[in-house]
Parts: sequence; C-alpha cells; structure tokens
Amino acid sequence: MLVPVVGVLFDGFAYGMLLFLLSVGLSVTLGMMNFVNLAHCSFAMLGGYVMITLTQTLGWPFLAALPAAFAAAAAASVLLERALYRRLYRASDLDQCLLTIGIVFMSVAAAAYVYGTTQQPIETPPYLRGAVTWLGLRLGVYRLFLIATALAITLVLVLALEYTRFGAQVRAAVDNQRMARGLGIDVDRRFAITFALGSGLAGLGGALAIEMVGLDPVFAFTYLVYVLIVVSVGGLGSIGGSFAAATLLGVSDVAGKYYVPELGAFLIYLVMVGLLMWRPAGLFGRR
Amino acid sequence: MGAAGTAADPRHELASRARWRGLEAAFWLAALSPFLLFPSHLQLASQIAITALFALSLDLLLGYAGIVSLGHAAFFGVGAYAAGLLAKGGWGEPLSGLAVAGAAAGLAGYAASFIVARVRHLALIMVTLGLGLLVHEAANKAHWLTGGADGLQGVRMWPLLGRFRFDLYGYTAYGYSLVVLALAFLVVRRLVHSPFGLSLRGIRENPVRMPALGAPSRSHIRKAYAIAAVLAGIAGALLAQTTETVSLATLDFQRSAEVLVILILGGAGRLYGSLVGAVIFLVARDQFSGLNPQYWYFWLGALLVLVVMVLPNGVLGGLARLADARPSSGGRPAPSPGGRGIVGRLARLAPSRRDRTS
Repeated sequence: MLVPVVGVLFDGFAYGMLLFLLSVGLSVTLGMMNFVNLAHCSFAMLGGYVMITLTQTLGWPFLAALPAAFAAAAAASVLLERALYRRLYRASDLDQCLLTIGIVFMSVAAAAYVYGTTQQPIETPPYLRGAVTWLGLRLGVYRLFLIATALAITLVLVLALEYTRFGAQVRAAVDNQRMARGLGIDVDRRFAITFALGSGLAGLGGALAIEMVGLDPVFAFTYLVYVLIVVSVGGLGSIGGSFAAATLLGVSDVAGKYYVPELGAFLIYLVMVGLLMWRPAGLFGRR
Repeated sequence: MGAAGTAADPRHELASRARWRGLEAAFWLAALSPFLLFPSHLQLASQIAITALFALSLDLLLGYAGIVSLGHAAFFGVGAYAAGLLAKGGWGEPLSGLAVAGAAAGLAGYAASFIVARVRHLALIMVTLGLGLLVHEAANKAHWLTGGADGLQGVRMWPLLGRFRFDLYGYTAYGYSLVVLALAFLVVRRLVHSPFGLSLRGIRENPVRMPALGAPSRSHIRKAYAIAAVLAGIAGALLAQTTETVSLATLDFQRSAEVLVILILGGAGRLYGSLVGAVIFLVARDQFSGLNPQYWYFWLGALLVLVVMVLPNGVLGGLARLADARPSSGGRPAPSPGGRGIVGRLARLAPSRRDRTS
C-alpha cells in the first residue's frame, strides 16, 4: 500500500520539477514587467526541438545538447524581445496576450512544418535509463536526474537572487518597478537579461521534458496551461512560490491520473480556479 | 482628452451616438448580397453570421467593459450543446431551441460572473481560461451526455417556423443566422448606447473610480457577463441547429482565441468591429485553408502580431484614424472615438491619467 503512494509522490515530484523549470522564468519576468508572455512555452518547445535535432540527427551526446537547448531558447528570446516585446511593455494586458498568442500560433505551425505533427522519439544515453531500487522502491534514473538538475538550478537561482548585486536589482524591480527606476536601476536592461535566462530555462525544461511527456507541435499550447497555473497559483515573481506550486501541481496531476483517471484534468483546473478565488494574487503573491 | 466639450448633457450625448448612419444601412444591405452574388457560398456566409454574433457577444465584454476573456467558447459550447441535446431529445423546433440555449448559457454565464467579477488582470485571464478548460474537460468526460470526443450525433431539426427546411445549400441557414444576428445586434446597439453601456465603458476606463461615482462595478460586470453569455449561447445554438451536429471543438481554447482575434482584427469597442472582423477572418481562412490547411495557424499568428503591432484598434480603428486625420493635427493621429475619458466626462472632473502601473 505504501509503495504505490511513495511511487506516485516521486513521479509527481519529478513532474513538478519539470513544470518548475518550464515556469520559473515566466514567473520572474511577469513579476518584473507585468508582461504577459503566453509564448513562454514556445521557447520551451524550441529547446525541445533543438535537443531532438542535435541528439537524433547530428549525434551530439545528451548532456552536451542540454546547454545548447538552453542557449538556443535564450538567443531566440533575445531576438523576439528586441524586435517585438520591447514595444509593448506599457501596452495593455490584452495587447500583450494577443501578440504572444500570435507567436504561439506561428511557432506551432512552424514546428509542424519542419518536424511534422508526430511525437518525436528521443534516445537517452544508457546511464540515464532503467531504475534503481532503494528501500524496496523502484526509482527511475531519468527522474532522479531531472530532480537533481532542477534542485541544483533552484539552488543557484535562489542564491543568485539573494546574494548577488544583479539579483538584488531584479528583486527591487519585482517589488516596485517605479521605485527601482527612480533609484537608477536600468530595469529594461535587467529585464532583458532575466527574460533571456528565463526563456533559456524553459528551453532546458523543454529539452528535459521529451523523455517524460514527449514532444509534438502542440507542446506550446498544452504546457502553457500548466505553466500559467503554476505562475498564477505560485504568485508572480516568487521562486519559492513557483517551486511550491509546481510541486503541488505535479503531485496532484500524477495522483489524480493514477487514482481518479475518470476525472482527468478536470481536477487541476478546478483546484486552480478555486485557489485563484481564494487568493487572486496566488499562494505566495503579495499583490 | 475630452473631444467636443460642447456635449455637456449626457442624454444629448447618448442620443447623438445612437443615431443611425447611412453607412450602417449600406452594411446591412451588403449582408443580403450573398443570396444573389454568392449562392454557392451560403454555408460560409452562415458561418460568418454565427461567428459575428459570437464576436459581438465578446465585444460587449472586452470592447465595452474591458473584461478580457480567454474562455468565452465555454458559453458558445453550452449553448450549442443545449440546443443539440434538445433537438436530439425529440424537440427539434429551432426558435424555442434557441431560447433554451440562450437561457442555459446565460445561467452558466451568470454563475461564472460571480467568480469573474472578483478578479482582475492576470488572475482574470487565468480564471476565464480555467473556466473554459473546465467546461471543455467536463464535456469531454461526460461521454454519456455529450458523446465526448465523437461529438453529438443524431441532431434533427424541424423546419424553421414550420415552413423552411434546413437545405443543403444553406439558404435557410444563412437567412436564419442573419436575422438572429441582426436582432441581437439591435439589442447590443441599444445596450451600449444606454446609460448602462456608458457605465460599462466607465468600468473599462477606470474600474476604481466608477464605484466612487455611484456605479456599482461588480453588479454591472455581472450583468454584462450574463448578457454576453446569452448571446454567445445563441450563437452556439445557431451553429448546432444549422449544421445539425455539435462537436467538442465548440468548446476549444482555439475557438476562444479565434474569436478574440476576430474581434481585435475588426476593432474592439466598436459595434461593427466584430462583424467586419468575422467577414475578413472567415473569408481569409476559407481562401488560405484551400491552399494549405495545415499551416493556417501560422498565418493566423502572423495576422495577430501584425494587428497588434500595426493596427492596435483593429481594421475599423485604422479606417477611423485615416478618416479623422487632419492636416492641422500635425501628422499625429487624432484620438480614437472609442470613448476615451468617458469617466472624466461623466464626473466633469479632470481627465483621469491612464497609468496601468498604479
């Protein structure tokens, strides 16, 4: 009885870590600029497809392709930020929504054009396959790897945000953008860097996601919903909040599919609407 | 900010806005032309009329009250399923089916409005998105009722008014949809030129200040939401009745996004924006998907980006700006006649500062 529960918790936690990687960038950039970037998962999808191309077609080793996925998504986000997003920082939520939905549509169609609409297979290296048995539990090696990566990134993010000058400036901009500007912080520039980093993390998340959830052109839509749930439930600009919300969502989604499959995704949407009713600014949001 | 300062009397102002213009008559006459000019495309014309009605319902929310909704298809779908289920259950009379569907969607909308009126900004976008997904998932799982992913089969409609059968070419379908659209348009037109419509615009401009003027924002939003849901439900019912089938696609996020695109493309906050947007969008889709159906979404996305970057007030807004541009304004675009500074005019106070970071 205990073993399936722990197994579900483990799988859910690994899934939650994936969602955390996908969403943390959006949370921070939304908190900073209030820019509603619905195309966040398009960057994740880009990372995924870069990963596929590098490992499956060009034969790169798995671990070397991961940073490349990060870099590709970050570079693409810089381009888009310069070309389009920058002009809409002070536009309404709606305009930002529409622009970024437009980008999602284009990315979905472009991915379908280049890679076709089928699920992309990925071959993980032998050392990431299989499972280890620990105290009678079978834990998937890939999931352990995913959890370790996500935890390491979380640690780096928290430390960087707490203890570096750049991190302090980002926190100031999230807390009060106008005041930060008044103090001479170049918020636009900080935002551009944060945006690139966040999109890069999404790209990394997309690359890591293939093994667990697959990759097809509608990835940008399917996971957008999950990412938005994490962001809005966790509260804007809060890494801790995103972490908690992603874990909660991951565990409840896996548990829901395991124990009450007939409800499907209904449960998490219900939980999201309920939570937003209770706390419109998210669980850990301050505004 | 305020345009002509002479219109001090609000009643006079409202009456002057509500006056019919020649261009409007021309538009509605043109809406009859498919019967003569494109008799082979009447099914498409019927789709356009239905989509225009759906976009009109969103216009009331988004264009007038400023409530962003990413889940408006929920009410469209509720209406479609209500009409479809009624017809499948043995009552195929179209007009009463329309009424039942409108009532069902209106009830759903009124219930949802209690949630929607409480939140704003990102939470609003998320809650509407979540509600839309919730309804979609519910319909997907309730296979015994809705047929799930297979869609609702076996919808049989009786002839309209007992006389006009729904034919293959869509004569009845287009005539029926057009009349319903025109009636709904009259209602919405009356509504937005009423004091209620004016307070909706006030809410859009400054939701904090309206209650201070004595206009209860939340109850206005609830009413607007319920009315919009009724209209969306009627649009859904029209689709169900004219095509005699209901699929899960009526509830899709794609449909919510599409109707938003249509409205923005045409111009939100203008009555004819939804109609013009629907015509442009569906005709374009008909043409493009003939070329390569799979990549239609690429062009849809490109269109969205283009509209946001180049035509922030939609096609009609762009046309109005062209018409308003005078040499004396030094090349700067004149303020759009979308009703800026309504709150300020109502309160006869200094114009409000539009500052979204506050």
